Amino acid sequence: MTTAHHPAQIALSVNGEPRSVPGGATLADVVAQLSSAPAGVAAAVNEAVVPRSAWGETALAADDRIEILTAVQGG
Amino acid sequence: MADDILTIAGTPFGSRLIMGTGGAPSLEVLEQALKLSGTELTTVAMRRVDPTVKGSVLEVLARNSIRVLPNTAGCFTAGEAVLTARLAREALGTDWVKLEVVADERTLLPDPVELLDAAEILVDDGFTVLPYTNDDPVLARKLEDVGCAAVMPLGSPIGSGLGIRNPHNFQLIVENAGVPVILDAGAGTASDAAFAMELGCDAVMLASAVTRAQDPALMADAMRRAVEAGRMARRAGRIPRRFHAEASSPLEGRAQLDHREMPAF
Repeated sequence: MTTAHHPAQIALSVNGEPRSVPGGATLADVVAQLSSAPAGVAAAVNEAVVPRSAWGETALAADDRIEILTAVQGG
Repeated sequence: MADDILTIAGTPFGSRLIMGTGGAPSLEVLEQALKLSGTELTTVAMRRVDPTVKGSVLEVLARNSIRVLPNTAGCFTAGEAVLTARLAREALGTDWVKLEVVADERTLLPDPVELLDAAEILVDDGFTVLPYTNDDPVLARKLEDVGCAAVMPLGSPIGSGLGIRNPHNFQLIVENAGVPVILDAGAGTASDAAFAMELGCDAVMLASAVTRAQDPALMADAMRRAVEAGRMARRAGRIPRRFHAEASSPLEGRAQLDHREMPAF
């Protein structure tokens, strides 16, 4: 039972907003809640960029600060 | 002007007009302006994903075969800028970055200390760095020394439309630079873009002058022509300025006329 190792919910921050996700959630799960774009999106956990290829195996912990960015009009 | 190619970090560009995408009232208006500008390189900003936003500036660039140049607009420290550049590289698959590290929101002037610091880190990290810099010949040289692929001095503050406030500094930067010099910020209308090219800039970067014009598409067309005209004038070599007139018609061979006579109509 993997759930035995995870708390039911963990509190973290996604793009500056407090969020609660199930224990054991990965970065891929959190990104999927905000964007289904197949490209053009990048994510960082606690100021470290995580490559898209590693999102699915990046487990999240309480108080993680997650930033999910894309390109917008600017400059 | 197939024989007059702009090359940045080994990449050739047929257009010397680099566009920004900020300030356009809609993606449709932006796309028309980009088409008429003839640009081949265009900046975007990196911001938090907003699930409610429909359409993407990336799609506009992709279907017009315009290379994307992410910027670090909104960064105030080297650390913020480095992380933003790394996120942009991951999101967009490009190691090119228009590096912006500004000192405060009121002037949006570059913070030279943080800028140089960030430039050095990003060059070491394999980025092709195009820094938005003050119109300071010394800072421009230092940015080149740490390995920047171009320097992008401001003509005047971002969005001000005040043109090039210190043409002499631009001439000094151009004279010393071994990398392309690109006017960045300050162009308000076509003559500003032409002037930059006449001063010896290799390219012009602008956004607001087009996107916030009353007719963005028309201004984009004007800017394209202005950059081309200014470049051609630079290559052609302008005449020296003179204090007094110099007749362009010969004095010799004139008719001997009685200057007291008024010819009848």
